[in-house]
Amino acid sequence: MAVDRPVAKPKESEQISQFQEALRRLNRNRMALVGLGIISLFVLCAALAPWIAPHDPTTTSLRHTLEGPSLQNPLGRDELGRDNLSRILYGARISLSIGLISVAIGTLVGIPIGAISGYYGGKTDLLVQRLIDIMLAFPGILLAIVIVSTLGVGLPNVMIAVGIVSIPIYVRLVRGSVLSIKEQEYVSAARALGSSDRRIIFRHILPNCLGPIIVQSTLQIATAILWAAGLGFLGLGAQPPTPEWGTMLSRGRVYLRVAPHVTTFPGLAIVLSVLGFNLLGDGLRDALDPRLKR
Amino acid sequence: MWQYIVRRLLLTIPVLIGVSLLVFSMVRLIPGDPATAIAGVHATPEFIEQIREEYGLDKPLHIQYSIFMGNLLRGDLGVSARTGRPVTTEIWDTFPNTVELTVASMVIASLIGIGAGVISATKRNSIFDNSSMLVALFGVSIPVFWLGLMLMLLFAVILGWFPATGRGTISHLILPAITLGTASAAIIARMTRSSMLEVLHRDFIITARAKGLREQIVVYKHALKNALIPVVTIIGLQLGTLLGGAVLTETVFAWPGVGRLMVDSIMARDYPVVQGAVLLLALTFVFVNLFVDILYSFLDPRIRYE
Repeated sequence: MAVDRPVAKPKESEQISQFQEALRRLNRNRMALVGLGIISLFVLCAALAPWIAPHDPTTTSLRHTLEGPSLQNPLGRDELGRDNLSRILYGARISLSIGLISVAIGTLVGIPIGAISGYYGGKTDLLVQRLIDIMLAFPGILLAIVIVSTLGVGLPNVMIAVGIVSIPIYVRLVRGSVLSIKEQEYVSAARALGSSDRRIIFRHILPNCLGPIIVQSTLQIATAILWAAGLGFLGLGAQPPTPEWGTMLSRGRVYLRVAPHVTTFPGLAIVLSVLGFNLLGDGLRDALDPRLKR
Repeated sequence: MWQYIVRRLLLTIPVLIGVSLLVFSMVRLIPGDPATAIAGVHATPEFIEQIREEYGLDKPLHIQYSIFMGNLLRGDLGVSARTGRPVTTEIWDTFPNTVELTVASMVIASLIGIGAGVISATKRNSIFDNSSMLVALFGVSIPVFWLGLMLMLLFAVILGWFPATGRGTISHLILPAITLGTASAAIIARMTRSSMLEVLHRDFIITARAKGLREQIVVYKHALKNALIPVVTIIGLQLGTLLGGAVLTETVFAWPGVGRLMVDSIMARDYPVVQGAVLLLALTFVFVNLFVDILYSFLDPRIRYE
């Protein structure tokens, strides 16, 4: 008779203490907290943009084009006289969405494929690994460029492209974790008790791969923001007048000599947000797997 | 070891077929008529028909693929819709410039990355260590195109030390190479530091110190030699970052390379050139990775294919 219930489950108090231990380590990591602070700031900017932005991000003013920073426009105006600060605040919404949606695509597709590939092995694994090899034969941003130029330019396609490019990263990561976890005793015990493969994968194996997945996803959001900004810079991403940071930079670079503020500030926004996710990702890695810390 | 190399070579074959399939599919997945996509939006109806026949675009996909592969193996990638010149000519004219930029960036990234990594590891927790790791963290967080623009603003526009765009002299190369190499230098520095820290705690280092060897010999001859093995792999893998980043760097500095050619061709919907450029960049990446893997098996004979 198949007994379909979790086995060798640690006591609840142990689970909590493990989680608390990781939180405590994260809390002691100053750089990670700085990262978390930066991310919180950008999340707040994105959420409150309509209320805190001093001007409408798309309203042009041709009499005030390329004006430098002033009290009224703390970060100056762009080539069409739009307020830079307002556009950067609204841009946070776009960049964070790109990061989150593309990571969602990568995890939703990559994790199950990696788990199945690692768990079943054999021909399935061989086929999946060769497909992943092919995707990894392209430098990441190049593959994203290929996908966007095939699907057509625009923000939704950028999210899809960046998401697709991150799939192999998750497949490799989860496959590797599954390969080591599936040999553990508690998995054999679950199998001996008659748990279905699906239950073993989703209840026993995947929860134990969560640490590396969380770390990778945090770092992947940073990469996604960078790639999406790159695509925007090349003219393949969000189209004007959408206030996307990469697109803003691309339009502003023509005026680098006369109005460097148009390129400087959106770039700083990209650097800060990416830095925030990188700091937090590094901190999470140290907190979730202290053996890796050097 | 030879068994490993043969297996590694055999594994490259499906990858090459996959790359060719992906590049082949590109034009066919673009919404609209593939013949028009290949011939260009401004082509005459007669020329579009000629392309349709030449590429077998009215035939089943497997026949189209065999025509594509036949042409590819003969080095025929079609004709640019913009210039009318063969795609191979367009690409071969620009490829050496991309190689020049990529190699220069890789040299800069390796020198700075390994140097900073070694000093950081030997002076752990010092001001140099902390500040260089902070700079490295910024290095991987800066978008390559923005860094390029900022360097251009400072060193070309304000200080006038280097030309802002173009190619020709060594001074044209410096800003684009630093721009492209920065992120890789940061990654190499972090890898070198962590690899050195691991090696510096091994028994043979303690033995070397116990023998009374000078610290410089211990660090550079004993430790660095062993710590470099994983660093070599990272440097090889960085080529992907560099080739991808080259597309953006070339666009910023108007560097006449394959990346810029590809971006210009995407904008002009010149798909034969886009296909050719993508194919060349991917093949370069595949073969460099192959080379790095084989080199790695020589550097560390313990490595075997799983």
